[in-house]
Amino acid sequence: MIKSNTLAAPVTASSKTGLAALLLSAVFGFGVIFAVGLAQADALHDAAHDVRHANGFPCH
Amino acid sequence: MFTRLITSALFAGAAAGLIAALLQLVFVQPVLLHAELYESGQLVHFGAAEISAHQDVGGLDPMRDGLSVVFSMLLYSGYALILLPLMSFAEQRGQSLSGKNGLIWGAVGFLVIQFAPGFSLAPEVPGVAAADVGIRQIWWAGTVIAAGIAAGLIAFTRSWIAWVGAAALLLAPHLIGAPEPESFVGPVPPEIAALFAVRALGVGLIGWSLLGAFAAYFWRTSGVTASAPQTSKA
Repeated sequence: MIKSNTLAAPVTASSKTGLAALLLSAVFGFGVIFAVGLAQADALHDAAHDVRHANGFPCH
Repeated sequence: MFTRLITSALFAGAAAGLIAALLQLVFVQPVLLHAELYESGQLVHFGAAEISAHQDVGGLDPMRDGLSVVFSMLLYSGYALILLPLMSFAEQRGQSLSGKNGLIWGAVGFLVIQFAPGFSLAPEVPGVAAADVGIRQIWWAGTVIAAGIAAGLIAFTRSWIAWVGAAALLLAPHLIGAPEPESFVGPVPPEIAALFAVRALGVGLIGWSLLGAFAAYFWRTSGVTASAPQTSKA
């Protein structure tokens, strides 16, 4: 019962929603891409080095 | 809605990012490691001795390659967190979201984020001569944003003026020109750099296409499973 309630909520919302949800998701996406691809902190740069090169991000 | 969006995006990103990472490790990483032999000076292009094109670049490095897998999955999740809201927004406005359409969404994502900047700022092999990284990043981001807006205009408008505007947005960054180094001092042979660039783009095209298809798949199936209890209740 509880389960069906929690599952039903997103459905009613998804029929017509969520500019806020869409935007928030995109903001998270930008944050992740920035951290993996662009941030210049040394530790991040070193760990993500090969992925940056392989995915066409300017690296060094 | 939000939970469904995030989980679908993360599933799609993890799956596509994993496949892209495996392709990267097989096809891109050996080229990258080969280039690093020249970057580090261990091999010297046009040095005293002729250098064999076939070098032992070492096998898998669990730590380094493991990090690459993790970061590739993260990166593709980041892509998906932007791609899926756009797909969902288009769906709300009457576009169908089949797996085949997802494939197209993904391929366009590749064109916007990897091919458009790569047209003037080719994927860089380690050791390549390049302008200051900050300026390149600004040019890269501006090019991606311009290409993204252009893609939206081409896909969702029916006006010639908008299409001309899209063409201008696509061309402008390349007519202005990407930041270039003062001189070409890269120690890596051009054969390696060319192979690296085209393999990086090729893996990107596969990864992105799969990302779009997976995003459409997880978005649709999560919608079906989410609505199932509701129908059984009624």
